[in-house]
Amino acid sequence: MADQVLDAKGMNCPLPILKTKKALQTMQPGGLLEVLATDPGAVADFESFCRQTGNQLVSSTKEGDVFKFVLKRK
Amino acid sequence: MDPKPNDAVIDELIKRRLDEILPQKIEQALAERREKTPGSMTIIATKGTLDWAYPPFILASTAAALGWNVDVFFTFYGLQLLRKDLSDLKVSPLGNPGMPMKMPFGPGWFQHINWNIPNAVQSIVPGFETLASTLMKQTIHNKGVATIPELREMAIEGGVNLIGCQMTVDLFGFSRDDFIPEVKEFVGAATFLPKARDADVSLFI
Repeated sequence: MADQVLDAKGMNCPLPILKTKKALQTMQPGGLLEVLATDPGAVADFESFCRQTGNQLVSSTKEGDVFKFVLKRK
Repeated sequence: MDPKPNDAVIDELIKRRLDEILPQKIEQALAERREKTPGSMTIIATKGTLDWAYPPFILASTAAALGWNVDVFFTFYGLQLLRKDLSDLKVSPLGNPGMPMKMPFGPGWFQHINWNIPNAVQSIVPGFETLASTLMKQTIHNKGVATIPELREMAIEGGVNLIGCQMTVDLFGFSRDDFIPEVKEFVGAATFLPKARDADVSLFI
């Protein structure tokens, strides 16, 4: 169960990543952040973001039109 | 006096051994250093129109989100992007054949039409630039893309260094008061270039 949910639906690059970065900063290490987005570019962006920052991409799924990413703050 | 034969043999062995292990050690050290140091980017932003405001702010704020150190040098028309009031940013379709001109309202088929307004018409109609800028801003809003003030704010929050060109301030008779207080410093090219030299990525926009 996620500690925080970030609704980034309707937002386009780079907002989903920028808002995610902001949200992660408020969380404790190990905390889980769930991000919902509709931007198709977000799939690759979140993989890249996690690789670059060391945060873990726990899951990346699609439910209907919405992409759901779960990140674990490092 | 000749070196003792043992020394020569030892030297040869050392040299051979170093040739074997050094390349690998060097690669390893470089890889470790790359892992540990955050990426860095410098951008020289020279344009002051609404369309050209996006690349520097998007790239800078995204790089900052990835943990990079980012410095952006705003020079010439780029300095307009550091103004307190950004509401006057415009985009001109005139002589800009790469710009799609689609209406951000109406039914789907209508929004797909690319209106190719001739340059001659664009240059005669007063207020055409303002109209085009308004339509562009509406399009940007419709598609959930951030506004320039928003992007600039996120860049600042992300720790991007916004640097102004002092020469440009003098050149166009601006005052430092015209610009946001978050500008880190006003300097010249000689101060900025060394930063660009050390950065992993250096862009001219």
